[in-house]
Amino acid sequence: MTYIVKPKIVHSGLQRNALGLTIRDYEGSMSTLCAGCGHDSITAAIVQAFFELHVPPHRVAKMSGIGCSSKTPAYFLSSAHGFNAVHGRMPSIATGASAANRSLYLLGISGDGDSLSIGLGQFSHAVRRNLNMLYIIENNGVYGLTKGQFSASADVGSKAKRGEMNKQQPIDPVQMAMAQGGTFVARSFSGDKDQLIPLLKAGIKHDGFGLIDIISPCVTFNDHEDSTKSYAYTRQFYHPAVHADFVPPAEEIKASYNRGNVMSVELHDGSRILLRKVSKDYSVHNRGAAIDYIRAHQRKGEIVTGLLYIDQGEPDMHGINRTASLPLNELPFDTLCPGTESLVSLQDLYR
Amino acid sequence: MKPTKTDGTEYFHQVVDCQWACPAHTDVPQYIRLIAQGEFTEAYMLNRESNVFPGILGRVCDRPCEPACRRVRVEDKPVAICRLKRVIADNRGDITDRLPQAPTKKNGKRIALVGAGCASLTVANDLLPLGYECVIFEALGKMGGLMRTNIPAFRLPASVLDEEMGYIIDMGVDLRLNSPIESMRDFLKEDYDAVFVGSGAPKGKDLNIPGRDESGRIHIGIFWLESVAFGHTESIGKNVLIIGVGNTAMDCCRTSLRLGAKSVKVMARKPRAFFKASDWELEDAEEEKVEIVVNHSPKSFVMKGGKLVGINFDKMEYEIDEKGRITQSEIVGEAFFPCDDVVLAIGQDNAFPWIERDIGIEFDEWQVPTVDRITFESTRPGVFFGGDAAFGPENIIWAVEHGHQAAISIDKYCQGAPLTERLPRGVNLQSAKMGIHEWSYSNDYDPSGRRIMPHVDLRERFKKLDIEVELGFSIEQVVTEVERCLNCDLQTVFTAQQCIECDACIDICPVDCLTITKNGDEEKIKENLKTPPLNPSQPLYVSEPLKHTARVMVKDENLCVHCGLCAERCPTGAWDMQKSTLIIPYAVDEAEQNESLCQQRQKTG
Repeated sequence: MTYIVKPKIVHSGLQRNALGLTIRDYEGSMSTLCAGCGHDSITAAIVQAFFELHVPPHRVAKMSGIGCSSKTPAYFLSSAHGFNAVHGRMPSIATGASAANRSLYLLGISGDGDSLSIGLGQFSHAVRRNLNMLYIIENNGVYGLTKGQFSASADVGSKAKRGEMNKQQPIDPVQMAMAQGGTFVARSFSGDKDQLIPLLKAGIKHDGFGLIDIISPCVTFNDHEDSTKSYAYTRQFYHPAVHADFVPPAEEIKASYNRGNVMSVELHDGSRILLRKVSKDYSVHNRGAAIDYIRAHQRKGEIVTGLLYIDQGEPDMHGINRTASLPLNELPFDTLCPGTESLVSLQDLYR
Repeated sequence: MKPTKTDGTEYFHQVVDCQWACPAHTDVPQYIRLIAQGEFTEAYMLNRESNVFPGILGRVCDRPCEPACRRVRVEDKPVAICRLKRVIADNRGDITDRLPQAPTKKNGKRIALVGAGCASLTVANDLLPLGYECVIFEALGKMGGLMRTNIPAFRLPASVLDEEMGYIIDMGVDLRLNSPIESMRDFLKEDYDAVFVGSGAPKGKDLNIPGRDESGRIHIGIFWLESVAFGHTESIGKNVLIIGVGNTAMDCCRTSLRLGAKSVKVMARKPRAFFKASDWELEDAEEEKVEIVVNHSPKSFVMKGGKLVGINFDKMEYEIDEKGRITQSEIVGEAFFPCDDVVLAIGQDNAFPWIERDIGIEFDEWQVPTVDRITFESTRPGVFFGGDAAFGPENIIWAVEHGHQAAISIDKYCQGAPLTERLPRGVNLQSAKMGIHEWSYSNDYDPSGRRIMPHVDLRERFKKLDIEVELGFSIEQVVTEVERCLNCDLQTVFTAQQCIECDACIDICPVDCLTITKNGDEEKIKENLKTPPLNPSQPLYVSEPLKHTARVMVKDENLCVHCGLCAERCPTGAWDMQKSTLIIPYAVDEAEQNESLCQQRQKTG
């Protein structure tokens, strides 16, 4: 925790984006998390990603539940919309927000407790609904707010700060999301912004449910020697399978990409994700192979990261339900509220 | 890149830009902190240690510290360092019992000092406590040198001069006024162990254009100011032209206004960017409605009936390249400016008609003595130079530093120690962490702008010659101004072994001056910095390889505002804020060293 506010200093090296905003305009209030928390790095990466995407902060809705991770929406995009939901229930609220206003960028921030224990059902259904949002799990393997008990993502054999060992199988949100039809599934690490920021940008621009599971070490309760979610362990067993670069629409692809094994995935708004394959035998379009690959490396204790699966073809929630193309607040009043007669005829359908 | 070496004094000293820029290395951030705590007397003594004359310099210092101030990298204006120094002098308590004392038992050595200006007085200040007998020879009837004769009393009151010089004189200087040295050859025959020449650069440059010798109303700036200072000149004509646009010109034009001139124009040969005067002196003159005319080069004095009526000027045009240098000049016409008096303020020269050229003191082709830049010894052993007398006109703060260094040399010379074996400078570092969220300095960034010095009303100030124009900061102004200081002496010290690469410092830094990147050559590292490097004169602080990834932590010193948030957010204490204190040896420190060396010699010999 810190009481000293980060001052707004306009120094000579400060850059402005296409909207004339500086990166300071994308920040929020001062973090009250522990010094060194991985979540703060993710916050910084989110700030950077939205700044670089030239997204007006007020076009974003930040959704979260309960937990250390769910506090973080206060620390970025202070002029965005936000909703701090009941524990584990953020996906439902996000679904409602998306239904009402499909033009906002929906960003869900959750943790391993909020999404993999109390909110596991909600999380699974948001995936299969293909809700158009970027869903971030700040995954540290412990319940930080309640003093460091194992969470559902703790690995077998990982030791708590006081020495007891976890013996239950972990829930891997990445494999779950793939199994349930997720259309954008990635894993990253709070300590690797070079990988994380392009992934965030791609996830924000992806139409449909985007999941990024981010290993985010708990510096207070889970950064010791026998932890498998510490900074040191993550770096040691880090296995980037695919590196994704995000190229905005109308920007030329740098010549250096043309050499080597590069694949381009076009998103609906014309931007592209360039995939540099770090591992030869990996395909981001093959759900089954991807799961196999992750499991194989998991057995070796390795943490596979990068953009692991993407499918741009599946319709999102609005597509599946054939909803109105405009957000509800932009519909003419007559269309939004067609009157008693329309209501009666609708009710007649169900009699 | 190799890890930055921070073990010497060089690196951390350079981060404290003001202290690095100050010739005397005054500990600016520390005295500003003392002011913030209301410790004016303490702050005065700290200043006195390095610059000897805080009250004088708090008014008229050339302020090399201010353009260097880190504050100009986050806003337009530097901290008003010089004004704050005056606050100390104005508000200090009694310091008499804290001044150095001369011992009653002398060491038997006699030092002659020529000229009672800031250089000589500094030498006396440093040598008297060591038991030396100091005799100062002053040509004029009052001490102070150029500070008294050339700086008008409305900028520097005589009382301030007398008080601060008095501290040194009262230590037991044998001050001999009205005692010009006529012949160095004869003088050296007298019984002195060493001679220090601090007689300034007392010759104003003349302007030899047609008509120069036909009128008595063409004055040489520094002589004219001197005659005003001593009350010999009490009036001037209605229309005055000042030739030249340095700080002396500013003093001349403002003095003219106080002696009855109605219209004063400062005539500059070149455009404004080439003016030698300090910005604040230009501002003060313009506030008093002095007109500054650019691009006019004097051609001839115009006389009518044996009386000076004006000056003919060539109108100039200059071609200036993208680096701001003049590449070509052209005369594009002529202009006549009427005047009653002319003051020439186009520079000063050293003048040593009293030093014979065959007594072993060498001079160069510009009649500047050959003086060693470190020892301040001339080519004749035992004869030292300092202040403007040494290398030509500089300023007070340089003269003080020359005095300190010359005093060390004189002591070594008299004790038979080699002059060049001088104590090195040192740096002490001490953690400023007091507890959780507690630092021993005010680290919150204050966005306030520079306070503006209040001046005496424009009608009031001309009523007398010696009304000090600057009123000094009010207490409210002081409270704001001290918080503008960025505490550059609180160093960010990094221990690579403790870093877990969590990025917390990088994310929190309000000026984006930190980066963790792969090590490489300087160019490569500069490409990868979070903010592109803007100031090549400022160093990069590169760490040892980090233990997880072997990458390096790089800090661009240029941008840092020393807020301490990196250390505040660091979970492992890899970053720490440490107060650096520069240790500068003076004659008294060297003397201790000499003593122990002599004792060693006695033991071994």
